[in-house]
Amino acid sequence: MENLNAVAKEIRRDIVKNVNKVSTDRLTENLNDVAKEIRKDIVKSVSKAASGHPGGSLSAVEILTLLYFEKMNIDPADPQKADRDRFVLSKGHAAPVLYATLAERGFFPKEELDHLRQLGAMLQGHPAMDHVPGVDMSTGSLGQGFSTAVGMALGAKIQNADWKTYALLGDGEIQEGIIWEAAMAAAHYGLSNLTAFVDNNNLQIDGAISDVMSPYPIDEKFAAFGWHVINVADGNNFDELRAALVLADAETERPTVIVCKTVKGKGVSYMENNAGWHGKGPNAEELAIALEDLA
Amino acid sequence: MEKIATREAYGKYLVELGEKHPEIVVFDADLSGATKTGIFKKAFPERHFNAGIAECDLMGMAAGISTTGKIPFASTFAIFGAGRAFEIIRNTICYPKLNVKIACTHAGLSVGEDGGSHQSVEDIALMRVLPNMTVLVPADAVETRRMMDAAIAHEGPVFIRLGRLATGVVLPEDYKFEIGKAAMLKDGGDVTIMAIGLMVERALEAAETLKSQGIEARVLNMGSIKPIDREAIVAAAKETGAIVTAEEHSVIGGLAGAVCEVLAETEPVHVEKVGINDQFGQSGKALEVLEHYGLTADAIVTAAKKAVDRKPWWS
Repeated sequence: MENLNAVAKEIRRDIVKNVNKVSTDRLTENLNDVAKEIRKDIVKSVSKAASGHPGGSLSAVEILTLLYFEKMNIDPADPQKADRDRFVLSKGHAAPVLYATLAERGFFPKEELDHLRQLGAMLQGHPAMDHVPGVDMSTGSLGQGFSTAVGMALGAKIQNADWKTYALLGDGEIQEGIIWEAAMAAAHYGLSNLTAFVDNNNLQIDGAISDVMSPYPIDEKFAAFGWHVINVADGNNFDELRAALVLADAETERPTVIVCKTVKGKGVSYMENNAGWHGKGPNAEELAIALEDLA
Repeated sequence: MEKIATREAYGKYLVELGEKHPEIVVFDADLSGATKTGIFKKAFPERHFNAGIAECDLMGMAAGISTTGKIPFASTFAIFGAGRAFEIIRNTICYPKLNVKIACTHAGLSVGEDGGSHQSVEDIALMRVLPNMTVLVPADAVETRRMMDAAIAHEGPVFIRLGRLATGVVLPEDYKFEIGKAAMLKDGGDVTIMAIGLMVERALEAAETLKSQGIEARVLNMGSIKPIDREAIVAAAKETGAIVTAEEHSVIGGLAGAVCEVLAETEPVHVEKVGINDQFGQSGKALEVLEHYGLTADAIVTAAKKAVDRKPWWS
């Protein structure tokens, strides 16, 4: 058993190395530029709305950028195309990162971001699928999105469709019981076409997740539920995320979870690792500093 | 009279629908023997999915798969479906208006022996308050099948409330059902009895008794709880001047609530409510429990007389 584990580790290391080799610097450089734009749009839109969730949006920028600008089969001109890959933002309060990413990718005009959370606007405080092109599931009540992602992956599997389902979970979100009901079901039905990310920025509204209600060890919990688990030491690094997705693609029997260590508020000096920026918008002065940080 | 439980009719007809509609898939939460989706599982094992004892995930998975071109029927007991999974139904099925059919069995006191913990007397109220939701309560096996047809034809969430107890088949095989329409089963000018579920059979029986005592009762089957037939309610109030509601559900928020909401802003008349009076049920044989809580034809007769007596002298 130990030998097998060692061999597996070796193989994984090789895959990761090769991926790092093939991932051209140029690709990542472009993605870095895109991520920077998305970060600016997040803080601008949340500041304009004077409410919303910047911290957990900024921590997940690289995950969404990689998915929407490199990984997923999607078409902004045909958001409902049947064979598209699906993305479920189970941590729905991070709507600003999803909206900024979709707008950057061309699903709708960027001007909409200026009306986030305003009466009569398209962009609701939490994602609403019947309002926004590119949103595959309405989310916001934590845990439920993950369960729907399992349903989507099951739908693809029984129709022999080769599109994949991606879900993004918060590390605080996985305190919800339905997460583990869904995790059990995904493994039970062998949904290797499902990849979940855990945005492990370590903070929730009331403080550190380990103080509020520790979900650790996250990786071992998912492993015990029958999932293929990949730990990513820096979830704000494209190469590491890309390598993890290669491993996820190679999995043929189990669903994959990529547990990403991320920085809450990543990129904005005063928001980084600060739970206070979970759910409020920066004022004009704070916005100016944020944009300077992101310049 | 032939007796068959609406859950039984549901399970059997699901197979027929499954043959006609390859997009139908069925989800259950470890109760497929009791909800009768096991009959579908036998016919289409590859289209039946068990969520295990996890009703929230049951609804979440059904919501997810409905976005992939499938029409899911999700079944469990009413207390767990409408109750435990309420907020998943609200936020993940009704809010995005997904095409999920929720068929919950073991509704009401007629669950019997399992007792108050399992006797859902609140599910109509819980489902009726949700925007985008359609709420249907069949009176018998025939109406169960017609409502399933209607649910398939309707794009959007539908809740169908089914029972455990074998009950009389009171409607003819060619019975027509339309979402949003009540059906007049018997005409009369003195009082209107509006009933749902197994109380429809009791309402018809009560109408016979009333007739023998010189009171002509109109009987309306109100199976489409939401949307409700406002026209039929207003017409009944105008033409008979007195109303009795009869339901195997709390008198708060169910049929009585829905009817009174319409009457309060249209044609206020006296309403007598036959139902469960803000209390939980208890163990016992189904018919004994129903009788204990006053869900009988006799109770409807008494209520109808009271409603007639309360009519103002000028009416």
